[in-house]
Amino acid sequence: MTGAGGIGPLDVPPGTPERPEDLYEDAPCGLLSLHLDGTVVTVNRTLLRWTGHDRTTLVGRPLRELLAIGDRILYETHHAPLLRMQDEVRELAVTLVCPRGKLPVLLNSVLDRGPDGAPQGIRIAVFLAVDRRSYEAELLAARRRAEESEARVRLLARTLQNSLLPPALPNVPGLDLGAVYRPAGRGDEVGGDFYDVFSTAPDDWAVVIGDVVGKGVAAATLTSLVRHTLRAVVMHVRRPRAVLTALNDTLLQQPATRVCTVAYARVQLTASDAAQVTICLGGHPRPLVMGRDRDLVPVGRFGSILGALPTPALHEVTTTLEAGDALLLYTDGVIEGRRDGDFFGEQRLEALVGTLRDRNAAAIADEVAAAAVDHQHGSPADDIAVVVLRYVGSHQTDSGAANGEGSRPG
Amino acid sequence: MSAVIRNNVVVGGHPEGRPIVFAHGFGCDQNMWRFVAPAFATTHRTVLFDHTGAGHSDVAAYDFAKYASLGGYADDVQEICAELDLTDVVFVGHSVSAMVGVLAALQTPDRFGALVLIGPSPRYLDDTGYTGGFSRDDVDDLLASLESNYLGWSSAMAPAIMGNPERPELGQELTNSFCRADPAIARQFAEVTFLSDNRADLARVHVPTLVLQCSDDIIAPEPVGRYVHAHIPGSTFLLMKARGHCPNLSAPAETIAAIQGFLPAGATTR
Repeated sequence: MTGAGGIGPLDVPPGTPERPEDLYEDAPCGLLSLHLDGTVVTVNRTLLRWTGHDRTTLVGRPLRELLAIGDRILYETHHAPLLRMQDEVRELAVTLVCPRGKLPVLLNSVLDRGPDGAPQGIRIAVFLAVDRRSYEAELLAARRRAEESEARVRLLARTLQNSLLPPALPNVPGLDLGAVYRPAGRGDEVGGDFYDVFSTAPDDWAVVIGDVVGKGVAAATLTSLVRHTLRAVVMHVRRPRAVLTALNDTLLQQPATRVCTVAYARVQLTASDAAQVTICLGGHPRPLVMGRDRDLVPVGRFGSILGALPTPALHEVTTTLEAGDALLLYTDGVIEGRRDGDFFGEQRLEALVGTLRDRNAAAIADEVAAAAVDHQHGSPADDIAVVVLRYVGSHQTDSGAANGEGSRPG
Repeated sequence: MSAVIRNNVVVGGHPEGRPIVFAHGFGCDQNMWRFVAPAFATTHRTVLFDHTGAGHSDVAAYDFAKYASLGGYADDVQEICAELDLTDVVFVGHSVSAMVGVLAALQTPDRFGALVLIGPSPRYLDDTGYTGGFSRDDVDDLLASLESNYLGWSSAMAPAIMGNPERPELGQELTNSFCRADPAIARQFAEVTFLSDNRADLARVHVPTLVLQCSDDIIAPEPVGRYVHAHIPGSTFLLMKARGHCPNLSAPAETIAAIQGFLPAGATTR
């Protein structure tokens, strides 16, 4: 009956006779037939040879009794239901407990349905997986090590990052201060944004925000250099333009190219009813100034990025904050965040800040940073830093610096 | 977020019928009820759902703190029932969800009219004077088995399985997808399940309760089912012919008959 193209046993080439029963018994995989309740009906010679079990001890026994205990639970809670739901289960990794020891295998099972479609048995092919499973164990161990290492790196980055920002904003009589720093992405890399607030003399304060080029360790060391240079320089010079010029000189002396942008605001609280703010920008976006009774406007004049030119163009612009007026400094991560190609942008920032006139400094900083993060679906592409200072007035002239962190004699 | 969306709730059956809520156990998802739930469609309002982290639930809503105990799952059941405004609920809980139902019924007894506990276990670990069937080492062994079997899971697969309920064929192409979950979630669910101890809660149940016990169930052996029956006041115990831990799949007819036999005939429609 088997003509050309048939697949019957008569078609095997002469000299290599293969009887179906031999193929079953000595197949290169273990073969099992089970009752629906999971007890073994037949088992092939290959599986007996691998496991060292006798046929008589296996037939009539539930297959699960051959499994390690954890695999038994898996078999009952995963294999059995899956087989009923999808008629087959592929690649269940289990360990057979045998007289000769433990044997890692993969089970591929099919539900055998009768002519009426009703399940009548289970057929399982058993594949040895000794080498594969030990390889998998190595992969799992490697993944665990990678996860641990990642956690360590994240902690290191966070610790380093925290060392580059003031632990807390100083308490400055007459000023309400708020600041937010949000690292890019998942926050597992040290970012390049920083801010600082410190006293340079009684009633004379520096509010600085900046963005160094690059990420990671290089950015962290540069941030550290910039922050400490600024704090050191103000011991000798107070004019913002002179401070940033000195910083520029320091950066140019570095062996590698080290550039950054900085917005430096000198806040003088010597008058009893207003704060005088002198702003100098080194390649940094202009801060916004606002008040209950004044328009929201950018303040300052654009200047050169620092660390690039021997004689950078730096300009001072002075403005006066009256009680209730606020100054918002931010890094480009706020306005350059994109959602589907659409920048957050200065207009959106100004519109948002316009609605926050009556909020305190911390709330304004929080809202701005949150909006910028939201705009990027919660995962900002760049670091985001925002510092807000609001002049609340009625400060005590003499105690101004005394309460401040880092105060120095003037 | 809506609990109905979070837990991929599927409401069917008779809109005016007495609500019957089916809760799947450890391992798979609401597909576990595919042979059972349809039998109640003409008489009951049927409610199926996936536990958070399982099936097509919103995996992003999985909170490792909330689901560190079965109470988190019971809260979900409450929220689903509240959102659908269900009362006189028949709660059918399989495996670990039996105890989820017990906890939910203790929180708001007024909402639940009957509990059907299939293969319940109030504690899987052996304890002094109590045989749950498992030791702590067994649970660790299970966690290792799970890890070995979730190797194929990757974050690239997750959206295909979880994020496309409108395109079920994507899930179908992935092997064993009915019983897939993020490995970290599967691990915690296994720990929470097999380390739970709800023995003290049983005596406080005052809802009519049916304990359905399978023969030859190694996950919840017969003495454990009898323990549950002995400790829930007024409960009914039924030893099924069905073998194994999943009679809802292996013996749906017997499971259906047992539930129908327990529910008052006249009360199936309001």
